Amino acid sequence: MDKFYHSVHLEPDLCKGCINCIKRCPTQAIRVRDGKARINARFCIDCGECIRVCPHHAKQAVYDKIDVLKQYEYTVALPAPSLYSQFNSLDDVEIVLNALLYLGFDDVYEVSAGAELVSEATRRYLTEHEENLPAISTACPTVVRLIRVKFPNLIPNLLPLNPPVEVAARLALMRAMEKSGLPREKIGIVFISPCPAKYTYTKMPLGTAKSEVDCVLAIKDVYQLLLPYMKVVGQDREELALSGKIGISWGRSGGEASGLFTDNYLAADGIENVIRVLEDMEDQKFTQLKFVELNACNGGCVGGVLTVENPYVAEAKLQRLRKYMPVSKSHIEGAQGSVVPWDAQVEFEPVFHLGNNMMQSLTRLNQVERLCKRLPGLDCGSCGAPTCKALAEDIVRGDRSEKDCIYFLRDSLHKLSDEVAALVLGWGADDKRDRESVRILKEYMQRISDEMALLDRGKP
Amino acid sequence: MDDKIVFTYDVPADDFSRAGEASSDVKSKLKQLGTPPDAVRKVAIAMYEGEINMVIHANGGTITVEISPRQVRMVLRDRGPGIPDVDLAMQEGYSTAPDEIRNLGFGAGMGLPNMKKYTDEMHIETELGVGTTITMTVNL
Repeated sequence: MDKFYHSVHLEPDLCKGCINCIKRCPTQAIRVRDGKARINARFCIDCGECIRVCPHHAKQAVYDKIDVLKQYEYTVALPAPSLYSQFNSLDDVEIVLNALLYLGFDDVYEVSAGAELVSEATRRYLTEHEENLPAISTACPTVVRLIRVKFPNLIPNLLPLNPPVEVAARLALMRAMEKSGLPREKIGIVFISPCPAKYTYTKMPLGTAKSEVDCVLAIKDVYQLLLPYMKVVGQDREELALSGKIGISWGRSGGEASGLFTDNYLAADGIENVIRVLEDMEDQKFTQLKFVELNACNGGCVGGVLTVENPYVAEAKLQRLRKYMPVSKSHIEGAQGSVVPWDAQVEFEPVFHLGNNMMQSLTRLNQVERLCKRLPGLDCGSCGAPTCKALAEDIVRGDRSEKDCIYFLRDSLHKLSDEVAALVLGWGADDKRDRESVRILKEYMQRISDEMALLDRGKP
Repeated sequence: MDDKIVFTYDVPADDFSRAGEASSDVKSKLKQLGTPPDAVRKVAIAMYEGEINMVIHANGGTITVEISPRQVRMVLRDRGPGIPDVDLAMQEGYSTAPDEIRNLGFGAGMGLPNMKKYTDEMHIETELGVGTTITMTVNL
C-alpha cells in the first residue's frame, strides 16, 4: 500500500469548490482545481479537519460498514474508550460490552485494556530512556504522521510503543484463536473507532509492519445500532471489562499522561495547538519535561470526527463513569509485554521541500519571495490555494501560473483594454483602416477573450 | 541562478509577544529548502536566543539571515546599551535581565552561551552606548 495512503475521500458531486477546507487544512494539503477540492496525499496527515469543516459534507471519512462482520466466522469487537462517553447516564461499561455481543460479535476486548499495558510500558520507558526525553505519545496516528513529514528532529522522541488499539488487537487475536480454534483469516478483529486516522493506521501503520486490526467501524454507526440492545442487557450480563480508571481515561486529552504517575508532563489537544507545541519542542523551549501527550482532536479522542457527542460533554461523562473504577485492571503478564514495543522505525519524509536539491530549492525560494511581493497578499483563496504564499509555491513547483490569481488577471485585463482603447481612439472618422491596425485589434480582442475565459475556469 | 537568499527582519522593541517570530520564519524556510534537520535545529535555537536578547536588552534591532548551500549566516544588529564585559556575559548563568523578564521564564543566563554552543562560529562586536552586532554561522 502507498505510504501516503489516507482515509479522507471527496464526494465530487457534493463539492462546491468553496474555500472552507483549504483554509482549515493545517498542512495546506488541499487545493481547489476545476471547481473541486483535491487533497495532496503526500501532505495530508489525516487530521479530519476538512471533514469537520465542510458545510456540504463533500469530504468524507473512509471506514467499514457493519456488514463486514459477515466476512468472518468469528469476530471480536475492540471498543475505543471514547465509545463509552457517547451514552447518557451510563454507569457500567458492561452494558455497552454485552450489547456488542448481542449485536453479533463473538467476543469483546477493550482498547482501554491495551491502553493500561501501554501505560505500564511507558512508565518503564521513561525511567530507562532518559536520553530520549521528553517522550512524545504515539497513540494519535495523526501526530505521528505530522512529525514524520514536518519535525524530523523530534522523531527520536517518539515513544516507540504500539498504540492501545494495536496492543488490544494482538491480545484479542491470541485469545480468539485459542477460544475458537479457527485459523487467522477466519477471525475478524474489528475496531470501533472515533476517527478515520485509525483506519489509515490499520492499513498503513507507522511503527509496525502490519496491523492486526482487520476492519474499522465508526462510533457514530455503532452507537445507533447499540442503543436498542443496551436496553435489554440484564443482570445476568457477562463480565467482560478488563480496564479501570487508567485505561478509560485515554479517551480524553490528558488521560494518557495521567496514567504515568509523573507531574512533568504536558498535554495539548487540537491540531493547531499540537503544531505550536512541536515547534517549541524543536527549539528546545521546554526543559525537564518527561512526557508530551498530543491529540490532534479538540478534547482528545472524544473529539474525533466519527463520534456523536460534543467532546467536552463526552469528557464529563467519561469522568463520571470512571469515578468508582479501580485504578487499573490490566497488567503486563508473561509474554504480553512483547506485543507492546514497535517493530519498525519511523522515517522522515521530506515532502515539503521546494526543490529536488538545495540549489533548486534556493532558486525557488527566491522566486517565491519575489512572487509574494507581486501577489495581492489578501489570501482570498479564489485561486484555489489557501494563501498567496501557497500559490507562489505552487507556481514555482510548476503546478500553477500567475494568471490563477484573479487580481493579477484583473490588472492584466485592465491593461489590455486600455491598450485597445488607445488604439481605437486614435482612429479618425474617415481614416481607412489599414490591415495592420485591424490585425492588432483582433489580436487584442482575442487576448481579452482568452483571459475572460480564465476567469470562468473553475466555475461549476 | 540564485546561489543564496537573504532575509531581513525588524525585531520590534518591547513587544515580547512577537519575540521569536523571525527565528520561527527562518526555521520554516530552512525546512522548505531541505536543510539538514540538525542544522535547522541549531539555527532555530541560536537565532531564537539572539532574538529574545534583542528584545530584552537592546530595544529591538534588525536581523539579516543569509542562506547558501554551504552555510547559514545570521547578523543580529542592535543599537542597545552594549555589553560591558563580554567574557562575563558569555558565562553560563550570568544574567542582567530584570525581574519582570525572569518572571516570564527568561533571563537564565544561557542566551549567549547557547548561541555559541549551537553555532560553528560566533563573533561579538560591541560598543558601550552604541550597540552590539553578533554574527553567527552554522555550516551545512
